[in-house]
Amino acid sequence: MVETRTLEEPKRQKLPIIDCDVHNTLASERVLYPYLSKRWRRHHEMVGTPDRVGAYIPRAHLYGARYDAWPPSGQRPGSELDFLREQLLDAWHIEYGILNCLTPVCEMPNLAYAAAFARAVNDWQIENWLEPEPRLRASIIVACDDAAFATAEIERLANHPGFVQVLLLARTMEPLGRRKYWQMYETAAKHNLPIGIHFTGVGAGPITAVGRPSHYIEDHGGMTQAFQTQVTSLVCEGVFEHFPMLRVVLIEGGFAWLPPLMWRLDRAWKKLREEVPDVKRLPSAYIREHFWITTQPIEEPPKQEYFHQLLAQLDVDEKLMFATDYPHWDFDSPAHALPKSLAPALKQKIMAENARAFYRF
Amino acid sequence: MNRQTETENRRQGFVQAGLAVIDCDLHNRLPSLEMLYPYLPDYWCDYCEESGFPGPDANDYPSGVPLSIRPGLTLPSENRPASDLALLRGHALDVWDVEYGILTCAYRVQSVHNEDLAAALASAVNDWQIEHWLDREPRLRGSLIVPSQNPALAAREIERLGGHPGFVQVMLPARSQAPYGNRRYHPIYAAAVRHQLVVGIHYGGAPGLPPTSVGWPSTYLEEYVGMAQVFQAQVLSLVSEGAFDQFPDLRVVLIETGVTWMPSLMWRFDKEWRGLRGLTPWVKQPPSAYIRQHVRMTLQPIDAPPTAAELLQIVGQLDSEDLLMFSTDYPHWCFDSAEEAFPAGLPTSLARRILAENAREFYPKLR
Repeated sequence: MVETRTLEEPKRQKLPIIDCDVHNTLASERVLYPYLSKRWRRHHEMVGTPDRVGAYIPRAHLYGARYDAWPPSGQRPGSELDFLREQLLDAWHIEYGILNCLTPVCEMPNLAYAAAFARAVNDWQIENWLEPEPRLRASIIVACDDAAFATAEIERLANHPGFVQVLLLARTMEPLGRRKYWQMYETAAKHNLPIGIHFTGVGAGPITAVGRPSHYIEDHGGMTQAFQTQVTSLVCEGVFEHFPMLRVVLIEGGFAWLPPLMWRLDRAWKKLREEVPDVKRLPSAYIREHFWITTQPIEEPPKQEYFHQLLAQLDVDEKLMFATDYPHWDFDSPAHALPKSLAPALKQKIMAENARAFYRF
Repeated sequence: MNRQTETENRRQGFVQAGLAVIDCDLHNRLPSLEMLYPYLPDYWCDYCEESGFPGPDANDYPSGVPLSIRPGLTLPSENRPASDLALLRGHALDVWDVEYGILTCAYRVQSVHNEDLAAALASAVNDWQIEHWLDREPRLRGSLIVPSQNPALAAREIERLGGHPGFVQVMLPARSQAPYGNRRYHPIYAAAVRHQLVVGIHYGGAPGLPPTSVGWPSTYLEEYVGMAQVFQAQVLSLVSEGAFDQFPDLRVVLIETGVTWMPSLMWRFDKEWRGLRGLTPWVKQPPSAYIRQHVRMTLQPIDAPPTAAELLQIVGQLDSEDLLMFSTDYPHWCFDSAEEAFPAGLPTSLARRILAENAREFYPKLR
């Protein structure tokens, strides 16, 4: 659903709701200083966190946020637990919310700094979000481009009850099936932690395969290209043959593109499978077994009939999980996001029960 | 009725009904760089000879890859697929009742970063196409190869040959250094529109950038599958940058894209536009409206779902009978027998549009 600019009057939901995409935000990177060593604090004081200079496309909204999501204090949307409680958890009676803290750790050229930054964010999440609020769960932030750093961070936190997945961003330095990421997958699978791949990122190069676009609508609307590439890469590299327990959740990527991708992959694999002997089954079989999908931003075809055709073509009713994307501008309302014509049993699964099974709440 | 008889009957049915076919994707292939020497200035012949330059190749269709040639196409051993007119007649033009076949020569001059050489090669391959294909077979039409990495030089080539009755479109590879909506390409579109040429964006290319938005994949399989996303980026760019507002007569064909992703792209793009159109106020209609008006797709490879019912759903979701244009993608392996080139179960009125009428309406020079 598109943004509503005034606070919606929430309706009491009869169904339990688990929100699989909530964003907690650093009010400023300086809030990490208590969690950074002296060496990395000094690093931050000197050079800050380098941005991808020359890759800037202005967004439609400051920080991509809903206009009404700014706390009265004026701090960044998503940075204050009390306001997030009031506006999201209490207002919508959310049973659990999964925090996906978006950071540039997988884009930092300095990998050691990225690892220190990730560790600090995770410690900040424990102290400021997980410990004070039992309805929240969080994602482990990892510097994914160094296998040793990423693995060590997963090992450090895997047994903390508040962390339920490892978070990556859709636009990475390299396609996520590549071997440099395998040790991270092995560790995550060992601890039964899913890998979450979330919308955003700038990767290593231009954000499309054909260079730099000019406008935010191409950046935002083109993100599905990165998701398609990541699914293709994970399947074609044989990741799920090597790590059969690995589970992946695609967050904020949409899903109407997935049936056509499965058809294209299956057809091409039948002709090219000699190139990828590790891929032993139809690509669509791996996809339906190993991928979960969050619903926001919900697909809005011009006819509801098409939405039902899409669900049937997807054939993953057990793997769709509701999300709001609070506090971002393209927030999906729990009351309005799913089509009215959805069967009640399926709606119940999507709103909470699929996520309950997936995250083992 | 067994499947083979059924498809054969279907084909015969179309032929007997007088449904002529326009095949919008037939590959003609330059057998060797030496074939271009008669059309190249001495300077460039010497340059190529002395450097051992074998000619541009994007490796879009590696010769050992099964997708590159349909099983059952018999070739004399000295011939590479699609490099011989007599074979192309026998394998494609005479199989269906082909009224026009549009050649899509995948000669990737864009991979040559010496832009003068790229321009010389483009001119040479176009002259070669005239002499060896267009002058010899009246059913064939051609695609102009242009050095699109330098739009000024590309426009010059369009001005040189755009008036030739055999050329009906300008060919751009799907992969490019900048998205095709970028205004640097306007000289190409202005020249194409001036000469009533369609812009054909075709599978492949080698601009020097990774073929995905997240870097280099490990396998050809990924690159092949990922080409659909490359097309998606180009469609987003063309609409968002206002190319169709700048050039109301601009017509774009997406060639060899796979077809089935288009409804999902239109839904996503329309939704994004509803939320973000304040940033691109020149995009006045929902993106899907521009796509339905200005963009067409060739049929093969169709990337069809497993069931005919699902394919009908996808075709219905396009919400238009105008978008698809018949193609065989000869000699690539999109289907097992020529009779399977056209999917079963489509309503006859739609089949008629796809087989020829859509192309006839869309290509100004085929009217």
